[in-house]
Amino acid sequence: MNRKQKKMLARILVAAVMLAVLSAAPVSGPLRFVLYLIPYLTIGYDILIKAGKGIWNRQVFDENFLMAIATVGAIALAIYEKSGDYTEAIAVMLFYQVGELFQSYAVGRSRRNISSLMDIRPDYANIEREGKLEKVEPDEVAVGSVIVVQPGERVPIDGVVVQGTSSLNTSALTGESLPKDVKAGDEIISGCVNLTGVLRARTTREFGESTVSKILDLVENASSRKSKSEAFISKFARIYTPAVCIAALALAVLPPLTRLFLLGLSAGWEVWIYRALTFLVISCPCALVISIPLSFFAGIGGASKAGVLVKGSNYLETLSRTKIVMFDKTGTLTQGVFEVNGIHHNALENAKLLEYAALAESFSSHPISKSIQRAYGKELDRSRVTDVQEISGNGVTAKVDGVEVAAGNDKLMERLQIPYIHCHQAGTIIHMAIDGAYAGHIVISDVIKPHAKEAVDALKKAGVQKTVMLTGDAKAVAGQVAGALGIDEVFSELLPAGKVEKVEEAMRYKPEQAKLAFVGDGINDAPVLRRADIGIAMGVMGSDAAIEAADVVLMDDDPMKLSKAIRISRKCLRIVYQNIVFAIGIKLICLVLGALGVANMWLAIFADVGVMVIAVLNAIRALFIKKL
Amino acid sequence: MKKAYKIEVDCANCANKMEEAAKRTPGVKDATVHFMMLKMTVEFEEGQDSKAIMQQVRKNCKRIDDDCEIYL
Repeated sequence: MNRKQKKMLARILVAAVMLAVLSAAPVSGPLRFVLYLIPYLTIGYDILIKAGKGIWNRQVFDENFLMAIATVGAIALAIYEKSGDYTEAIAVMLFYQVGELFQSYAVGRSRRNISSLMDIRPDYANIEREGKLEKVEPDEVAVGSVIVVQPGERVPIDGVVVQGTSSLNTSALTGESLPKDVKAGDEIISGCVNLTGVLRARTTREFGESTVSKILDLVENASSRKSKSEAFISKFARIYTPAVCIAALALAVLPPLTRLFLLGLSAGWEVWIYRALTFLVISCPCALVISIPLSFFAGIGGASKAGVLVKGSNYLETLSRTKIVMFDKTGTLTQGVFEVNGIHHNALENAKLLEYAALAESFSSHPISKSIQRAYGKELDRSRVTDVQEISGNGVTAKVDGVEVAAGNDKLMERLQIPYIHCHQAGTIIHMAIDGAYAGHIVISDVIKPHAKEAVDALKKAGVQKTVMLTGDAKAVAGQVAGALGIDEVFSELLPAGKVEKVEEAMRYKPEQAKLAFVGDGINDAPVLRRADIGIAMGVMGSDAAIEAADVVLMDDDPMKLSKAIRISRKCLRIVYQNIVFAIGIKLICLVLGALGVANMWLAIFADVGVMVIAVLNAIRALFIKKL
Repeated sequence: MKKAYKIEVDCANCANKMEEAAKRTPGVKDATVHFMMLKMTVEFEEGQDSKAIMQQVRKNCKRIDDDCEIYL
């Protein structure tokens, strides 16, 4: 508790004790009034002052004003009726303050909870100077410096291990609890905690560009995008309070006048004014206004604990309504680690053909090119390669040792008008042409991720109606992968632009309520990530473009995280709707009961504070995602 | 131009009102208050002096809720 809260707690206790003592004291008349005024002012002076200031600044309809009017009104009625029952007004003020205190305490707690959850900011980096370790600010470390990370410390900057072995705890980033073993030559990512051995690492980025900074930036800015539910609530609150106040005024004036003039009865002013005051007590929209953003905040916090970063509450909302999921194949459902599986119909020796292919592709970082380079296995002398021309979606042509080499798919061969032989094996086929003559093909196939099938099943169970796979790969490969995973629809042989087109087409024909998510590994699919209702990038520890383009970032590349993300969002939204319905429902019931004279002011304040406490506790539930 | 400011505010409804007040201030293109993060993000119109505008934003916010604070 902070100082403000402690002071409030003291005021509440003092006022409660005074009230208890006074209720036993046999005093009456003006003395009773004066004595009761002491606890009333103790507990409510700030409310009265704020209400006064509100009127002065023409900000009439705030909760301070409502509470002031309701309690002053109740006291005035007690004087008028000579009942001497001032307890009610004081109790209303007392419970209102208890509610406020609880709210501020709960919000403060969850604020701290969640920020500690996201507290992955490294405070320093160790640099070795003349055999001594020196702590410096992470942003002062230049790219290429060697930093030392001791056991128990957080890796401050992305880098590559140059010396030492250790295991890293990546749970702050990925939610994965199994430590990851690293040795010299391995990449280490900032934000992980070093567990066992001392590591020396050469930094590959500046601090500001490192994963941990990117993530912190993302998390800190997640807040500025508000969901529809939040917008609804702020609009609702804006209308609700004045509406209830007008209703209260009508309740105070109209029935007595009707009784007086139309029915010829006594006006019964006290009864109706009392009911109107009860109305005012109920009119505070606190429960709603606090619990909805709190739910989203807790939901986003809980998700980030599981390694799912959501960029704003609006995306959490959209995610929960996901009905169609479109996947990129490579790197998302498959490992993106290609292996050369066979070389067919070749005129040259296998090794020679691979050498040509590897050299021609030596300037490309495409996974396919990498796999050919790996299969070749020897150092590549790039000076042997000239006139490299990459044709997007087709392949590459180049001169190797002065010989014309073309390596690519069917389209490339058709483009070059070289007759080629179809392969019976499913996989990515790289046709080779040397000096304009067909020289055989290389078969490369990708490996499906271990949990991909379960992930697709889990999505179906989480309420996704349709799964679609988009890929640049050949039809046979695409069909095989989709069949193995149980994907509903496949579009193959797409260029990057084709993927955007397919997503746009699907967006046009789907119902507005059903949201479309695109899941990619962040390589080449930034435009698609932007275009879909919700773009999900996975396995992007370190890929800036994807972090920027996506709305949801899955920190590791396990496709199971996808259904988890959807379930987290569903839970959060369920809580949001529960709170909206519960809070508005109870208020409406109390308003009706108050108007009928069934509910008195005690019940009204209990309803008000009670609803708020329950809604806040319910909102905090969004933080717990273990069992999802 | 966009800038973020740390704020102090007690209740969520007051935060909503602060947002309104900030949005109404001349020179402010858009403003968002995030109650949970205790943060206000203000987007200024082109070529405006953010410091002078923020003084006004702070004054306007104080008017609707006396207890709030914006750390400039």
